Amino acid sequence: MKVLTDYFRSLFLLELLKGLQLTGRYLFAKKFTIQYPEERAPLSPRFRGLHAQRRYENGEERCIACKLCEATCPALAITIEAEPREDGSRRTTRYEIDLFKCIFCGYCEESCPVDAIVESHVYEYCFENKGENIMTKEKLLANGDKHEAQIAKDLEAQAPYR
Amino acid sequence: MPEIRNYTLNFGPQHPSAHGVLRLVLEMDGEVIERSDPHIGLLHRGTEKLAETKPYNQSIPYMDRLDYVSMMQNEHAYVRAVEKLLGIEAPIRAQYIRTMFDEITRILNHMMWLGTHALDIGAMTVFLYCFREREDLMDCYEAVSGARMHAAYYRVGGVYRDLPDEMPRFKPSNLQRDKAELDRLNENRQGSLLDFLEDFTNRFPGLVDEYETLLTDNRIWKQRTVGIGVVSPERAKALGFSGPMLRGSGVAWDLRKKQPYAAYDKVDFDIPVGQNGDCYDRYLVRIEEIRQSNRIIRQCVDWLRDNPGPVIIEDHKIAPPKRAAMKSDMEGLIHHFKLFSEGYCTPPGEVYSAVEASKGEFGVYIISDGANKPYRLKLRAPGFPHLMAMDEMAKGHMLADVVALIGTMDIVFGEIDR
Repeated sequence: MKVLTDYFRSLFLLELLKGLQLTGRYLFAKKFTIQYPEERAPLSPRFRGLHAQRRYENGEERCIACKLCEATCPALAITIEAEPREDGSRRTTRYEIDLFKCIFCGYCEESCPVDAIVESHVYEYCFENKGENIMTKEKLLANGDKHEAQIAKDLEAQAPYR
Repeated sequence: MPEIRNYTLNFGPQHPSAHGVLRLVLEMDGEVIERSDPHIGLLHRGTEKLAETKPYNQSIPYMDRLDYVSMMQNEHAYVRAVEKLLGIEAPIRAQYIRTMFDEITRILNHMMWLGTHALDIGAMTVFLYCFREREDLMDCYEAVSGARMHAAYYRVGGVYRDLPDEMPRFKPSNLQRDKAELDRLNENRQGSLLDFLEDFTNRFPGLVDEYETLLTDNRIWKQRTVGIGVVSPERAKALGFSGPMLRGSGVAWDLRKKQPYAAYDKVDFDIPVGQNGDCYDRYLVRIEEIRQSNRIIRQCVDWLRDNPGPVIIEDHKIAPPKRAAMKSDMEGLIHHFKLFSEGYCTPPGEVYSAVEASKGEFGVYIISDGANKPYRLKLRAPGFPHLMAMDEMAKGHMLADVVALIGTMDIVFGEIDR
């Protein structure tokens, strides 16, 4: 009997038809894809995207050139040079992140004692020319100024966990 | 009498079925493989050497990049080795979180494996469905660590942050016609990460049934996998197989049961074993492993919901203090600076610690000379012995079966070349 049923199953391509039925059902079901540039996948407040440097409310940059991020960076992507400014405060004269070296592990953000260097939600960027992979201090601060509202919101959301 | 010479064929390193950068030199007699010679090293990045040059914590992100489809399991092996060296134990909640994410990672890995293996053999639909489920799990990765793949979430002494109370949600866009559509997208994202995972574990077994509908009885799938690459249990042990490759041959060996770590001795699950040791049995073993992982995740979710607590040890010589403490307390700030610049020193000695990664036994062997970085780090990648058996498994099979064999080994070059 079993031989017979197996024979007919095989003859009428039953298992293939079952598969076709499944894919056919999905053909008419609601799509589970999203339309990327208009719709976006949700981003968590912990998301680690392009780096940014932040300022205090009065416009003063937060970074105090403690070089902790430079020391902890596993990929050695951060270069910092610092000297006292005219008013005597210690600031960076050069703060660069090489995005070719960076592995986006988030250790710089984790280590920063003044929440100056953060990783923002920006994940769409490209380089058109040689040298654009270096995030200079100006670029970092500009990115921070542009996305400060989002960054502050995320940091606040994450504060209880850190 | 003309000399008869075997035809030599280069398979890869740019072949789409070579799973990355495998270069296989095949000696063929017609279409039959006489000898196969895998060439490795095209993805060598010197992870072992790099780890010797940086403090212990800074190597964690590099562990993600070894087997880049089962990220957190590699981290787990590494942090467990360092914990063993230091003689510390992560808090129980961290152990459960690690168990849960190890199993999420196993599903991620097996989904990737199932999709690409089926795609190589000619079934494209499964690939698309598998990636849909991977998307949900990668959202969990992102919610917890901030990265979809290279998480760097585990730390020596626990995990970096506790599980989030809120799942990230879709934002409204012009494309959605009404609010109902947005609500549908966000339906399972209303609660915490644990709620999201619970919903996932409820629907997932049905989805695995769908993959099985498409593959398990399918005659083309069976023709391509049954009887291909048979490895006897004795040979599997002799060749150093581990994981599903070993279990597919009928040896019930699983480190999660034999040498329980994290919270595996507190959760209930079974080890599936195969009978014939061919590609089809290994497929069945992996499918069943996915179902068992789902069971473990469910148990972890239930436990984590009821048991809040610390997720990283309180010893600030090893784990950084809370940010609030760091900003208000001088001692906290000193610990913070000390940890992120110099790290911590381990007692001299050597340890080996292994986890049951998705592909098999992933081990980390550390020799410490008492400094803040390892004197030597050795990684035991499960894929390496599997690839070594290529010649034995492929002998006498056809060229097209090599593709099935590479698929069934679940080869990832990140770990083999390290």
